[in-house]
Amino acid sequence: MTSQLETRDRLTPGAASSALAEWHYSPSLEATDHVKIQPRYNLFIGGKFVEPHSKRWFETINPATEETLSEMAEADAEDVDRAVKEARRAYEKTWRKIAPSERAKYIYRIARLIQEKSRGLAVAETMNGGKPIKESRDVDIPLAAAHFFYYAGWADKLEYAFPNRTVSPVGVAGQIIPWNFPLLMAAWKLAPALAAGNTVVLKPAETTSITSLMLAEIIQEADLPPGVVNIITGAGATGAALVNHAGVDKIAFTGSTEVGKRIQRSLAGTHKKLTLELGGKAPNIVFEDAPIDQAVEGIINGIYFNQGHVCCAGSRLFLQESILEPVVRKLRERIGTLRVGNPLDKNTDVGAINSRAQLEKIQELVESGTEEGAEIFQSSCSVPDRGFWFRPTFFTGVAASSRIAQEEIFGPVLSVLTFRTPEEAIEKANNTPYGLSAGVWTEKGSRILKMAQKLRAGVIWANTYNKFDPASPFGGYKESGFGREGGLHGLSPYVVLT
Amino acid sequence: MRLNVRKTYKLYINGEFPRTESGRFYAVKGKGGELLANACRGSRKDLRNAVQAARKAFSGWSGKTAFNRGQILYRLAEVCESRAAELVDELRRQGSTAAEARREVAALTDRWVYYAGWSDKYPQVFGSVNPVAGPYYNFTVPEPTGVVGVVAPEEPSLLGLVSRIAPAIVGGNTVVAITSESRPLAAITLGEIFETSDVPAGVVNLISGLKTELVPWLAAHMDVNAIDTTGVPDVAISAVQKTAAENVKRVVHFNAGKIGWDDATRSQSPYAIFDFQEMKTVWHPIGM
Repeated sequence: MTSQLETRDRLTPGAASSALAEWHYSPSLEATDHVKIQPRYNLFIGGKFVEPHSKRWFETINPATEETLSEMAEADAEDVDRAVKEARRAYEKTWRKIAPSERAKYIYRIARLIQEKSRGLAVAETMNGGKPIKESRDVDIPLAAAHFFYYAGWADKLEYAFPNRTVSPVGVAGQIIPWNFPLLMAAWKLAPALAAGNTVVLKPAETTSITSLMLAEIIQEADLPPGVVNIITGAGATGAALVNHAGVDKIAFTGSTEVGKRIQRSLAGTHKKLTLELGGKAPNIVFEDAPIDQAVEGIINGIYFNQGHVCCAGSRLFLQESILEPVVRKLRERIGTLRVGNPLDKNTDVGAINSRAQLEKIQELVESGTEEGAEIFQSSCSVPDRGFWFRPTFFTGVAASSRIAQEEIFGPVLSVLTFRTPEEAIEKANNTPYGLSAGVWTEKGSRILKMAQKLRAGVIWANTYNKFDPASPFGGYKESGFGREGGLHGLSPYVVLT
Repeated sequence: MRLNVRKTYKLYINGEFPRTESGRFYAVKGKGGELLANACRGSRKDLRNAVQAARKAFSGWSGKTAFNRGQILYRLAEVCESRAAELVDELRRQGSTAAEARREVAALTDRWVYYAGWSDKYPQVFGSVNPVAGPYYNFTVPEPTGVVGVVAPEEPSLLGLVSRIAPAIVGGNTVVAITSESRPLAAITLGEIFETSDVPAGVVNLISGLKTELVPWLAAHMDVNAIDTTGVPDVAISAVQKTAAENVKRVVHFNAGKIGWDDATRSQSPYAIFDFQEMKTVWHPIGM
């Protein structure tokens, strides 16, 4: 996956000349005619697609056009109950009894089917979520398959992961995922849970549920025993019903810190296990000896990848004072070359904002930045008339206490700050309640490791940013949550050790 | 006949033994109802001071070499051994039989030795090198969570306390512990042992008092990263978990249950260290 990411990096020139901004690209649209998006999706419960008890469906749109793509079933408490019961039955009757090596093969089948259907999934992901096709095609979908491959291999090797302990599954896992990487997050959640022998009720985010239901079709095609994976759609109320269902043994949530805290509170007094992957306000720290052009690409990738809808986005850039001016100049040139527009165009670098609500949140925070005295710079590119768009933006002269330096914006908005000494960088970088990720740019290997030691964050990228791999654990410190996804450590949330 | 000198049982904060700033006390009674001591009824301010001291000590303690932390834990075992008679005496006055008290002190001394030995090994058990698809040396290391709040069980008042503090501090965390409310004496003497065993000031802080007052304050403190609810009364656990969500505290609970605290095979393990660790993953570039 990483290598594919890099291919993309090479294709977008490093030190772009300002002339590039005036280049015009002929549209290079990804075909959509081969993708079958159903006009209506039901719930996937007990291996079958069933109508919701609520008899209600809600529309899901393409945020780049505001056109309706499909309608998704709205699961109510009754549906949640049905799904949990099916998951329980599957757990007791089949999944916990099946030989782990067979479990492995089911998961491996899912991985293969995702590969086989990769382009359709990528197109659907882009249409439903607004992300550029080159990202869904080269990052989201291949990584999703890779996660299933990775954990397939663990299913019959769990005793090697936990020395001196007997490993058992937790039982029924309730999993709630966000809208920024819909299929990939489903893979992050499902793969380790299934490998460890749990059954699952998964709820995708309400704006981006289509690929989860396409995954349900894949799971059906893989002949997974009915009820092992159940996928129910809906908004916050559906999620809350799942969290509070007495038949669930474990909750895994990825989303905002605010909702994460609410979930942690509501699980108080129960015996449910919990993992939370929450927000971030990651520092991306550039030292004066860093390879500057490479760093500029990393800064761009760190904040504008997926429109900045990334919990680990490098949203606070810390520049050593001596390089403030040249880096800001290069950033200004570089964001002028970012192609914002139709996510289905293979040239597009920055796609559509996921929803109107998110766009309004970004606009509000950006206004606060200007009001609090920071200087704004925005790309002057044109954006389509319809759909939700926000031009790549960065702020200089940002006060450490301002909202744009403290709050997660979850959009293509970067705050530029400065430092003089490594100690000052560490102090400032750690000065938020979050601790999900951090970036460090320097040519000095020993400094990378010292910074890595001192930064209170779960993932440290050195001379790179936003790299993901199924073998690499991901998760936060402090208010960015607890528990890890990916790697050997990603198994822990889904096992009971005795 | 010589009049004996009585000991005033105080708090242990930042390497010092202050009386509670509140000037208040509660009576600790023996089995027969006799007065054993006027223990400090720790206040919210005491607890805040303790958290502050623990935060201040964190960087130094977590930055020590694993070998060094191990040395200090070994030293704790040695001092517990040499002061065993005093600890046994206090446990007996608090109601244990002589045999129980001796067994408890022996077990907690061995517990220090056990965890001392883990100091330079648990990162090898819980860390990993991750084979990622790209030119990166990718590895995961355990790091301490930060300031850990420990609520010690009522009994065994001393073994329970040591069993929960040891896995936290061997991993580089600093601790604010609320001692057994009914039997705080030996626990407070343990403070003297920390103080004389090269444990840096602030790494362990001990607060005695009423759990109904202290526990909610500890659970709500925004600079406490994890809370060990082992000694929280069952009826209060739900409330503590709820409060802990305010800053996404890690909530750890050890249920000794029927196994018993002195069963070394179950009540001590590297997984108890793991509970107070965060996993950090580093992508280090590989290139010429």
